[in-house]
Amino acid sequence: MGKKIVIDPVTRIEGHLKIEVEVKDGKVIDAHSTGALFRGFEIILKDRDPRDASQITQRICGVCPTSHASASVRTLDSAFKVKPPKNGRVLRNIILGSDYAWDHVLHFYHLAALDYVKGPGTEPFVPRYDGDYRLDEKTNQVAVNQYLEALKIKALGHELTAMWGGKGPIVQGMVVGGATAIPTREEISGYKERAGKVIDFIANTYLPTVYLIGGAYKDLFNVGAGCKNFLSYGVFPLDDKENAFLLKRGVYTNGKDYPLDVKKIKEFVSHSWYDDRTSGKNPAEGETIPLPGKKGAYSYIKAARYKGIPHEVGPLARMWITNPVLSKQANRFLGLDEARDVRMRDLGEKAFSIMGRHVARAEECYLVAKALGQWLDELTPGESGVIMKPVPKSGQGFGLSEAPRGSVGHWIKIDNSKIAKYQVIAPTTWNASPRDDKGQRGPIEEALIGTPVPDPENPFNVVRVIRSFDP
Amino acid sequence: MKITRRNFLKVCGGTAAACGLSNLGIPNVVQALEKALAGNPPVIWLQGSGCTGCSVSLLNSVEPDIAAVLLKIISLKFHSTVMAAQGELAMDKMYKVAEDYAGKFYLVVEGSIPTRERGRFCMVGERQGREITMLDATIEIGKKAAATLAFGTCASFGGIPAAKPNPTGAKPVTAIFKENGIKTPVVNVPGCPPHPDWMVGTIAYALTKGLPPVDEYKRPSLFFGSTIHDNCPYRKYYEEGKFAGSYGEEGCRLKLGCKGPETYADCWQRQWNNKVNWCVRNAICIGCVQPNFWDEMAPLYEQTTG
Repeated sequence: MGKKIVIDPVTRIEGHLKIEVEVKDGKVIDAHSTGALFRGFEIILKDRDPRDASQITQRICGVCPTSHASASVRTLDSAFKVKPPKNGRVLRNIILGSDYAWDHVLHFYHLAALDYVKGPGTEPFVPRYDGDYRLDEKTNQVAVNQYLEALKIKALGHELTAMWGGKGPIVQGMVVGGATAIPTREEISGYKERAGKVIDFIANTYLPTVYLIGGAYKDLFNVGAGCKNFLSYGVFPLDDKENAFLLKRGVYTNGKDYPLDVKKIKEFVSHSWYDDRTSGKNPAEGETIPLPGKKGAYSYIKAARYKGIPHEVGPLARMWITNPVLSKQANRFLGLDEARDVRMRDLGEKAFSIMGRHVARAEECYLVAKALGQWLDELTPGESGVIMKPVPKSGQGFGLSEAPRGSVGHWIKIDNSKIAKYQVIAPTTWNASPRDDKGQRGPIEEALIGTPVPDPENPFNVVRVIRSFDP
Repeated sequence: MKITRRNFLKVCGGTAAACGLSNLGIPNVVQALEKALAGNPPVIWLQGSGCTGCSVSLLNSVEPDIAAVLLKIISLKFHSTVMAAQGELAMDKMYKVAEDYAGKFYLVVEGSIPTRERGRFCMVGERQGREITMLDATIEIGKKAAATLAFGTCASFGGIPAAKPNPTGAKPVTAIFKENGIKTPVVNVPGCPPHPDWMVGTIAYALTKGLPPVDEYKRPSLFFGSTIHDNCPYRKYYEEGKFAGSYGEEGCRLKLGCKGPETYADCWQRQWNNKVNWCVRNAICIGCVQPNFWDEMAPLYEQTTG
């Protein structure tokens, strides 16, 4: 038996999470992840007007409501049998893409960075762990200043979301059949002006700082590998038929690439506080029957699996599957000729790590921010982006999207024009899941195994692994 | 972190304007805020059955900007989403602040409080081997606070977790306080999420003048005094009987489902995200500041009022 370390609550995340690790000879040998909140969205959604789902499900996560809106309106599109017109598709891309621009910045600076950068000596920056802060005083001060600057960028980025989303957080501008706004030239130029400042910060501050921290904590490219299986639903359709996505759809399992087969997604509950009869179902058939205190269970999060195997979702998964050319910062960091194209997979095994996730997130942020400009040019000012359709008497469907923190899928069944069944698999259902019916650990649990913990009183690396997933 | 008088004037000028304090005359407000600031009033921010959306909205505060709010106006002793500490270090801090500043600190609650299963649908942390539920924390910290600010519709009225059939027995702060004989005054600042000005303005008012005047739902009348519909820029269309049948069409949004007539908030004037937009311009008001709006205003996209 090793020494047990309980971290409850894990702060600087969205929601309520507890992590318990067992440490032996300075390394983590076992880990348990506990989702500590149940609200019952799927139960509340039942018998309501299907269109209300795109409002209700946004309240699952106030950091990524737009992503749930996106998954939900796509679900309704499929059940209502409607395809948004071009402006609707492009506006949805822009509204969601705007969230990527500020959310990745928020995650790095305000949620993750305090595990590497020593904040000022006042609350909320103290108390904190003692020890492994490696930046020299001057660099550390620069990073603290960036923390404050990033707060402004976050608010500015949310202005981008609101331009056609209506407001942020929680948007009104995405509905079944498309997006509600009719963009004007004035709005487009207002968006451009704001986006310029946000993109400048991402390219010239956020991205280089991630590599700078990566340089100071090089060993963390070898910590937190996890299950090394990745899943991406694909996001930001580039044409109306959805033949291509900016961030691709696909699965990477045991070192091989596969196309996504939605039927292979199942949720298991033997270690979750839900009725065992609901285990092993595809969400189209899924149910939510909570049983707090169930014997042998330790989490309100179900264990989402693909082909019965744990898969990581999020920026690393998307970037690994998409494998785009990275910024020139990557060339500089790797000491490679700038004329050469460096792709995500050129990082090799180093990508499967704490720092690999931060690099993937920052590079993805830059990639999406650049695309925002192209999408603006695709908008037709003065043209509607929505097709209004009545609620069907019956129907079913699902909608897949990607939140900044990972894959989000919704499934619906409609009877008598009401919601008969609604199921959600959020990103954290993949990443922070507990063991499944076969006893396989979830991705965060798996990533914690082997993590060096030189000082159990200040288990820096444990929280670094957890936060690298942006749970 | 200390603040110079000049910076301070700038910070307060913004705050005062935002919450309508300016008619009191800036010098008085500044004096009062300075006095309150001498001790940088401690704040404990508890999150229950919510989504963090209220905190994310607070971060969009423009005047004063959020850095000024967090570092200069209040002393944020505990906030799970922003604090450096985690685990027992964080929980110890919360209980110590409640002890050291008993009767002096402000408690902010975001999210509702599930009561079924002895509160075990929402666990906020662990201390000395004891699992602490949101219900425990709300009672234990709430009874020691000078005042409690319930931020967001969940903390104010129960919100989405309390919507039918309320699977977890989620309740608002006022209900938990009443059931447990807690006398700490509560101000509700609803909204899903609330506008940052409503939150910062309520804090500023409390620090300078005491708790603000409230309506029958304990909402500051300053922000929730009249309906969206009565002030709506599209009101003239309603009078003319001109209704939008699709998004983007000219006309009153009532037939698209807009809940403006039953919704008391100043979004029509304040607008959102640095005045970039607001819900009704491209879509509808869903009535998110009203008690039980999820049930009473459903279906959201059908006309239910007016």
